[in-house]
Amino acid sequence: MSETVHIEATVNGSDRAFEVAANHTLLDVLRDQLGLTGTKECCVVGECGACTVVVDGIPMNSCLMLAVEIDGRDVTSVEGLAEDGHLNALQQAFLDVSAPQCGFCIPGQLMSAHALLQSNPDPTIDDVHEALGGNLCRCAGYLQITEAVMVAAKAGKQ
Amino acid sequence: MKEFSYERPESLKEAFQVLSAGGSEVEILAGGTDLVIAMRDRYSQPKVVVDIKRIAELFPSIVWDGNTVTLSATATMSEVVGDEGINTYFPALVEAAVVVGSVQIRNRATVLGNICNGSPAADTAPPLLAYDAIIVVAGPDGTRRIAIDNFIVGPGQTDLREGEIAIAAEISAPTRMTGSAYERMTRRRGTDLASVTLCATVDEAGVTQIAYGSVGPRAWLKRDETGVLADPAASAEAKAAVYEEIFADASPSVRSLRASPDYRRAMLRVLGARAVGRAIERLQEVQGVS
Repeated sequence: MSETVHIEATVNGSDRAFEVAANHTLLDVLRDQLGLTGTKECCVVGECGACTVVVDGIPMNSCLMLAVEIDGRDVTSVEGLAEDGHLNALQQAFLDVSAPQCGFCIPGQLMSAHALLQSNPDPTIDDVHEALGGNLCRCAGYLQITEAVMVAAKAGKQ
Repeated sequence: MKEFSYERPESLKEAFQVLSAGGSEVEILAGGTDLVIAMRDRYSQPKVVVDIKRIAELFPSIVWDGNTVTLSATATMSEVVGDEGINTYFPALVEAAVVVGSVQIRNRATVLGNICNGSPAADTAPPLLAYDAIIVVAGPDGTRRIAIDNFIVGPGQTDLREGEIAIAAEISAPTRMTGSAYERMTRRRGTDLASVTLCATVDEAGVTQIAYGSVGPRAWLKRDETGVLADPAASAEAKAAVYEEIFADASPSVRSLRASPDYRRAMLRVLGARAVGRAIERLQEVQGVS
C-alpha cells in the first residue's frame, strides 16, 4: 500500500496543501497530480535538465527529488514565470532570438536561466554556460539560448 | 519506484529510533542524486526512507572551528564551492566539488553522500583522502571517528554500520604549509563520470600525498616521504620510479565503457604530474616564493 504524506508548499506563488505518495518524485507530482506539464520528463537520471524547477531560489532536477521533500518549500516551475498572463522578459527574449527549436528542453533551460538571473543579474557568457551546463538541447540551439539569456540580462538592467 | 514509508526525523535521537526500527531495509536520503535513481531502477528497494535534511544537529552545514572545518551530512557541493575558507585552505576539494554533475546536481548532492555512496569514481574522495579527513559516524551507542582511508572500503561499501548515520566530515588545515590540487579526466566537459580522479598535496617538508580513484575498486591514498615528487629539480627517472610505486594499486576494469585500462594507467601519470606541479605552485604562493 502506498504511503501518502500531507504536504504544504508554495507552487508558482500559490499556497497549496495536498497529499503525495511517498514514492513519487516531484516531477511525477507536478505533471500528473498538479497538471503542470511544462516541466518535462526525459532522462530521469539528472543528466539532461529538462525537469529543472526552482526550489527556494535554487535550481534542482525534479526527477531526483521526492515530492514530499518540498513540504514547506517554495517551488517555481516554468508555468510560474509569466507575469499577469504575459511572458516575462526572459521568456520573451527566448522567443525574440528564436532560441526554441523543437522546444522540449526550453522549460528546463528557462528555469536554470531564471535562477541564474535571480542570483546574478549581470552574468558573463561563461556564467551562462556554467549555469545552463546541466541542460541539454538535442537541437543544439546553444548559441541562441545563451544569447537569449544575455539579452534578458541586458533588458533587466535598463 | 517501489513503495516505501517516508520518515523525516528532526533530531538525531529520533533518527536512530527510525533506523533501529527499520533494520537493514532502510535507506538514508540526503541529496538523493544517487538514491532516487537507484530506487527508480530498483537496485535499491527500501521499506523505509529516512530524510536527514531536517535534523537540527546537522545545521549549519558548514562550521569552522579554528583551522578545522566540519561538513555536516547536509553540506551540498554548491555550499562547499561557495565557502571562502574551504577555497582558501582546501582548494582541491573545491576543484573536485565544482565538477560534479551540473549546477542542479551540485545544489542537491552532498559531500558525505558522495563518500557513503561508495563509487570508486567519487570526485570528492581523493581530496578528502589527501587532506586526511575524518568521517564522524553516529549511532545509538555513540560516535565513531574514522580516518576516511579506513571508512572507504570498496564499490558501494563503507564502514557505516546498520543503524548509524555518517553525520560529518572533519578536515583540519595541515600544520605545515601545504599546496594542493585536484585533477580529473572525463570523456567530455560537462556532466560526466570521471575516468581518472587524482588529488595531490605537497608540504614544506617535502612530503607529497597522492590520492587517486576511478582506476579500481576504491580510491587509494599514497605518500611519498622521499621528497622526490616535491622537488621540481628531481630527475624524470627518479620521479617515474616513485610514481610507479604510488600507482601500483591501480587496477582499472576492462569492462568500463569510459576508458581502457591502458589509457587510465597512462593518464594517472599525466594527472599526477599536473596535480603535483600545481600543488607545488600553490605551496610556493603561500610560502611567498615567486
